[in-house]
Amino acid sequence: MSKPIQISVAPGTSKVNKTGSWRTMRPIFKHDACNDCRICVLVCPDACITGSDNVYNANLDYCKGCGICSHECPVNDIDMAPEVK
Amino acid sequence: MRKLIEGSMAVAELVKLCRPNVVAAYPITPQTHIVENLSQFVADGDLKAEFLNVESEFGAASVVLGASATGARSFSTTTSQGLLLMGEVLYNIAGLRLPVVITCANRTISAPINIWNDHSDAMTVRDAGWIMLFAEDNQEAADMHPQAYKIGEDPNICLPVLINMDGFILTHAFEPVDIPEQKEIDDFLPPYRPAQYLTVKDPRTFGLLAEPQWYMETRYKLFETHEDVKPVIDKTADDFRVKFGRYYGGLIDTYRLDDAERVFVAMGSLIGTLKDVVDTLRAKGEKAGILKIRSFRPFPKEKIREVCGDIKEMIVVEKAFSFGFGGVLQEEMRAAFYRQKHQPIISGFVLGLGGRDIPPSTLINVYNRSKGKEISNAFVDLRPGVAPDPKSAQPIKGR
Repeated sequence: MSKPIQISVAPGTSKVNKTGSWRTMRPIFKHDACNDCRICVLVCPDACITGSDNVYNANLDYCKGCGICSHECPVNDIDMAPEVK
Repeated sequence: MRKLIEGSMAVAELVKLCRPNVVAAYPITPQTHIVENLSQFVADGDLKAEFLNVESEFGAASVVLGASATGARSFSTTTSQGLLLMGEVLYNIAGLRLPVVITCANRTISAPINIWNDHSDAMTVRDAGWIMLFAEDNQEAADMHPQAYKIGEDPNICLPVLINMDGFILTHAFEPVDIPEQKEIDDFLPPYRPAQYLTVKDPRTFGLLAEPQWYMETRYKLFETHEDVKPVIDKTADDFRVKFGRYYGGLIDTYRLDDAERVFVAMGSLIGTLKDVVDTLRAKGEKAGILKIRSFRPFPKEKIREVCGDIKEMIVVEKAFSFGFGGVLQEEMRAAFYRQKHQPIISGFVLGLGGRDIPPSTLINVYNRSKGKEISNAFVDLRPGVAPDPKSAQPIKGR
């Protein structure tokens, strides 16, 4: 007989599971023309973009490279580059 | 107390005695009376449970999933299209290891639309990870409920149970059924106290993401538990016998099997008809017997081999079919004896689909027809002109 079954885990698994490795494209925050509109922060499906005062960056442990931030940025301050080693 | 009641009412009475905290179901023929009776119990204050009216079977299954995750003993019931609509959630309930009990009043599946009995509905969810039990009569169907909760809630098991009872044939039949006292059920089935459940006091995560590095392990554990639960199903049936004096078999049951040479294999209410048929055959000197498959998942192949060690011929009679392959139970029985030292001849007959009557004469014909030969996938009692030779039950090409 196997051991009693663990049917749940401690919360916070979204942080534990680093899904950034799924990425094939990486956002490049150029920090040239940022107008502090924070649209990139709002539209990021992973909620992994943080920052303030015209300086924003994606947490690459979780960013899956979807490119929505780059597409939505009104001043074209975010480029997408292939994820290559 | 012994009462002459409808099968659905007997089930509702036993569900009530199991003290479920949450009941959610959507009415569908022939399951309707079960949920109707339960809602009446709740309305009358006889059952202190949350009864949730839901918009569909998908909602009903989702409610009992969530309720069970909070540590509530949860019950639902459905059939046919309703079971299919629950499909996605059924896989989730098993994957989450939640000991929900759902009663399926077995009915066939559309199209063409047909509300009558066969086992096509249950067979569609056989790989979902649920324990699947089949009841022979109303007393057994009712008594399966406390047994099902006891099996599923075992901390070493944590599995949901699908109780199958033949629609109309059992759900709408009036039979004398012994309804236990509340105290007796309370002694047999302690309150559900899961080690882990959803509560704001100690937040936990159920059903998290399992990446490729982990998913396979969760499936392996499900496989392992289905092996582990086999003795638990047998022991629970034995414990029930000790407490209540009633026994219908554990994983399997047998009838006049000791010196039998040719054995019927079946599930559900067909067993009752077969018992009469076997008595008739025995009176004529035939060494006939019955192997009743009570637990279809897990499939008790070891137990079957153990009790059928020297049986010469097996006649599988079943109410389901896997199109493009064959009779489901027929092929599982053959698989159970694959590469074994003793290999009985196993014939398979499909009958009673969509509620077609199965009189004893049909079963005696099937018994005589398969004597000494292997017949496969034979649809029995077809209308003239449908199959090339319905009387001889033309085997389907390929097997």
